[in-house]
Amino acid sequence: MIYNHDIIIVGSGLAGLRAAVECADQTNVAVVSKVFPTRSHSGAAQGGITAPLGNEEEDHWEWYFFDTVKGSDYLGDQDAIEILVKDAPRAIYELEHMGVPFSRTPEGKIAQRNFGGHTRDYGKGPVKRACYAADHTGRVVLDTLYDQCLLHQVKFYSECYVLSLVFEKGRCAGVVIYDLATGELNLLQSKAILLATGGCGKIYKTTSNSNATTGEMFDLVYQQGIPLEDMEFVQFHPTGLYPLGILVSEAARGEGGILRNKLGERFMERYAPTVKDLAARDVVSRAILTEVREGRGIDGKDYIHLDLTHLGKEKISERLWEIASFVRIYLGIDPAHEPIPVQTTCHYIMGGIPSDVNGRVLADAKGSIVPGLYAAGECACVSVHGANRLGCNSLLDLLVFGRRSGMAMKEEIAQLEPPSLKKDSLKPAEEKLTQLLKQRGREKIDPIGKRMQGVMMEYGSVFRNEEGLKRGIEEIRSLRDRYRNIEVMNKGKGFNFELMEAMELGHQLFLSEVVLLSALHRKESRGAHFREDFPQRADGDYLKHTLIFQTPKGPEVRYKPVKITRFKPEARIY
Amino acid sequence: MLVKLKVFRFDPSKDKEPYYQSFEVEADPMERLLDCLNRIRWEQDPTLSFRWSCGHGVCGSDGMRINGICGLPCQKLVRDFKEEVLIEPLPVFKVIKDLVVDLAPFFERYRSIKPYLITKTSPPEQERIQSPEKQHLFEEAVRCILCACCTASCPINQNKETEAYVGPAALVRAFRYLFDSRDEASEERIALLDHKDGAWGCQTLWKCTEVCPKEIPVTKQIGQMKKRIYEAKHKR
Repeated sequence: MIYNHDIIIVGSGLAGLRAAVECADQTNVAVVSKVFPTRSHSGAAQGGITAPLGNEEEDHWEWYFFDTVKGSDYLGDQDAIEILVKDAPRAIYELEHMGVPFSRTPEGKIAQRNFGGHTRDYGKGPVKRACYAADHTGRVVLDTLYDQCLLHQVKFYSECYVLSLVFEKGRCAGVVIYDLATGELNLLQSKAILLATGGCGKIYKTTSNSNATTGEMFDLVYQQGIPLEDMEFVQFHPTGLYPLGILVSEAARGEGGILRNKLGERFMERYAPTVKDLAARDVVSRAILTEVREGRGIDGKDYIHLDLTHLGKEKISERLWEIASFVRIYLGIDPAHEPIPVQTTCHYIMGGIPSDVNGRVLADAKGSIVPGLYAAGECACVSVHGANRLGCNSLLDLLVFGRRSGMAMKEEIAQLEPPSLKKDSLKPAEEKLTQLLKQRGREKIDPIGKRMQGVMMEYGSVFRNEEGLKRGIEEIRSLRDRYRNIEVMNKGKGFNFELMEAMELGHQLFLSEVVLLSALHRKESRGAHFREDFPQRADGDYLKHTLIFQTPKGPEVRYKPVKITRFKPEARIY
Repeated sequence: MLVKLKVFRFDPSKDKEPYYQSFEVEADPMERLLDCLNRIRWEQDPTLSFRWSCGHGVCGSDGMRINGICGLPCQKLVRDFKEEVLIEPLPVFKVIKDLVVDLAPFFERYRSIKPYLITKTSPPEQERIQSPEKQHLFEEAVRCILCACCTASCPINQNKETEAYVGPAALVRAFRYLFDSRDEASEERIALLDHKDGAWGCQTLWKCTEVCPKEIPVTKQIGQMKKRIYEAKHKR
C-alpha cells in the first residue's frame, strides 16, 4: 500500500515527538517507530534536562555556553551551541506548561541539581543546572509528549521498521516500512522526512542503550552517499550498573555520590581537582579505567564503587528511587547501606547525520542541503556536543532541535506539491527482503552480532590505538563476509524478530566500520576519542569535523571546519 | 545453572490451538529471565516471539505471565526460580503470536481518560508554581510504564461481564492528572470517571498493586480517586 502524509517522522523518542507536536495541528504528520512510542529509549533518561534557570543558585547562559563548548573539547559548533543554551529556558517552561511533573524547590519552582561538567563562573565549581523529575526525567517527558500527540491526533505507525529511504529527482520523498505484526511492506510518501532514530549503542557489548537502539538509520543514510559526521566520538558513561551496563544516572553523583576504588579512595580528586566526581563523562570514564588498569578496580575486576551510603535513605528514595530499585533488583543491594558496583558503559554517540540548526541534512563539507530530508536528536550531528556531550544536554538537544526541525519542515512544505511515487519504489526493498528470507547459508546471526559487539569493545571503546583499530576494522570486514552467508531460519510473517535482527546486523556491520575508520584517521585525543598512541589534543591538525563518505571505492574520510565564535580552544582541566 | 522454561506458543498462521513447549537453557543465577528467553530465540528456536526493549523495567515492553503472575521478565532473576518456569502471554488481551498480545484496546482505554494536562487559564511566562507537597501527591503515579501488568491481572478486567472496566493503568494516569494542582478540569475528569466502568469498576481486589513492577500503590490511588469523586458530588 501507498500512504500519503505531509510529513513523516521516523522515531518516537523526544526529538521525533517534539517535532510531531510542532507540526500536528497544521499538517498531516505521521510518526513511524520500531517500538510502541512510549517504549522509545528517551524514556530511559534519568537525571534531568539542563537550563540556566537559576532556580537554586545564580546561573547564566554564558556560563552554560562555555561549559558546553569546553565539554565538547572545542569541537562543538559554537553557533549551534549558542542557540541551544539560549533556547533552554523556553524549552523547559514549555514542558512544564505541557504538564511534565518536575520535582520542585521549597518555593514551588522547578528543582535543579548538579551534573557533570556544568559549572558556575566558567569552571570555578559545580552549579545546579539540571532540571529534574526525580530520576525518571526521560520517562515523564516522553509520556507527556506522547500524551500531547494523542491530544493533537498524531498518526502513528507503531512496530514498523524502515527498510529504505526513497528519493524522487534528488529529493527524499518517502520511506518503505516493514510492518512487524504482518510482515507486509508499505510505502509512505511525504513532502518532508525527519529522521529522529536515536543512537547505536547496541554495536557495543556493554551499553546502557535499549534493544531497539541499533542504529540502522545511520547506515541507510550513509549508503545513499550522504556522509556521517564525527562518528569516532562515542560516549562511555562512567557509571553503568555492573555487570549489566544499565544506566546509573550522573544524578547519583549530582546528589553527592562519590566514586571509590578498591582502597576506598575518592580517586577523582586526582583527575579533576576542582569538580572531582562531577567532571565531564569522558574524563571520569578514563579515570575509572585507569584505576582498573593500575590494579585498583574492586576485587581486581573492571569495576569500581559508587558510594551513596552517606546520602541517607530519605534522599535516595525521594530523588533516586529508580536507581535504588535497579540496584536492589539486579544486585540485591540497598544503596543506602552498601556501595554500588559500576563500570563504564556505551551510552551515546556524539556524531551522526550532519545537519544544520534547522535539522536540514547536509550532503557535503560545503553544506549543500539534501532536499526533503531532516535529522534531529541523537542520530543527528548539529554539532552541539562535539567530542563529548555533557550530561543532561541530550534531552535539551532533542527538544530544541526537534522543535526547530518541525518548524522548518512546516514552513518548507507549505510551498511544495506532494511527491508522486509509484509502487515500483517498493521493489528494491521488497527484493532485498525476499532474498534475505530465501537465502541459504551456514552462518547464524547471533554469533556474528556478538562478535561485532566484542570487537567494538576491544578496539573501539574508551582507549584506542592504531594497531587495535586496524585489527578491529579487519575483523569487522571479515564478519561482513560471514554475514553474506547467513540464513534466516524463521520464515514467518508475524513478529519475526530474527528477520529484523538480521536486517539490523547488516547495517551495524557497516556502521561499526565507520566508527573504527573515523577513529583510525583522527590521530589525536579529544573528548571521548582517546588514542594511546596520540594522547594529546592536536588543534593544529584536528580541530575539524570528520566526514566519512561511502564511495564506489569504499569509505572515504574528509573533514570540515569547526565553527568557533566566542571561545578559543584552551587546555581542558576540571 | 540449568533453567527449565515451559513457554506458551501460538502462531495463528499455522497452529489451530495454542500449546506449550519446554526449553532448557544455561544461565548465570544473576541473569534475568529475559536473558533466558533471548537465548532460546538466538540459540534454539528463532520463531519464538516476544517484545522487549530496555531490559531493565523502564520501557514496559515485556509484560507477560510468569508462573501465573503478571510481571516483567527483565526484572526477574534466574536465581529466584527453582522449578520449571511457566511463561505465558498477558491474560485479558488477544494473543497475536506466542507472547505478543494486542494492546490496542489497552491504549484505547488509556486514551479515553484524557491523559493530558487540561488548563483553561494561560500559563505564566515561567513555570507554574507547585509546592513539593502537591507534587508528591502524584509522584508515585508518574512511575507508570504502561506495561499493562495491572490491567491484565485485574479480576474485573478478566471477567467477560465487566470487561468494559477502564482498568487500573488508565485509572493511575487519570489519578495523576486529577491530583495535579496545575490541572483545571477536575469536573470534566470526575464526570469521565464517575460510572460503573470508570473508577467505580474497581472492587478493591489489590491484584494490580501486588503485581505493579514500579511499586505504584494502584489500589490506594483508585480509592483516593473514589473519595474525591464522592466528595465532589456531595458538595453540590
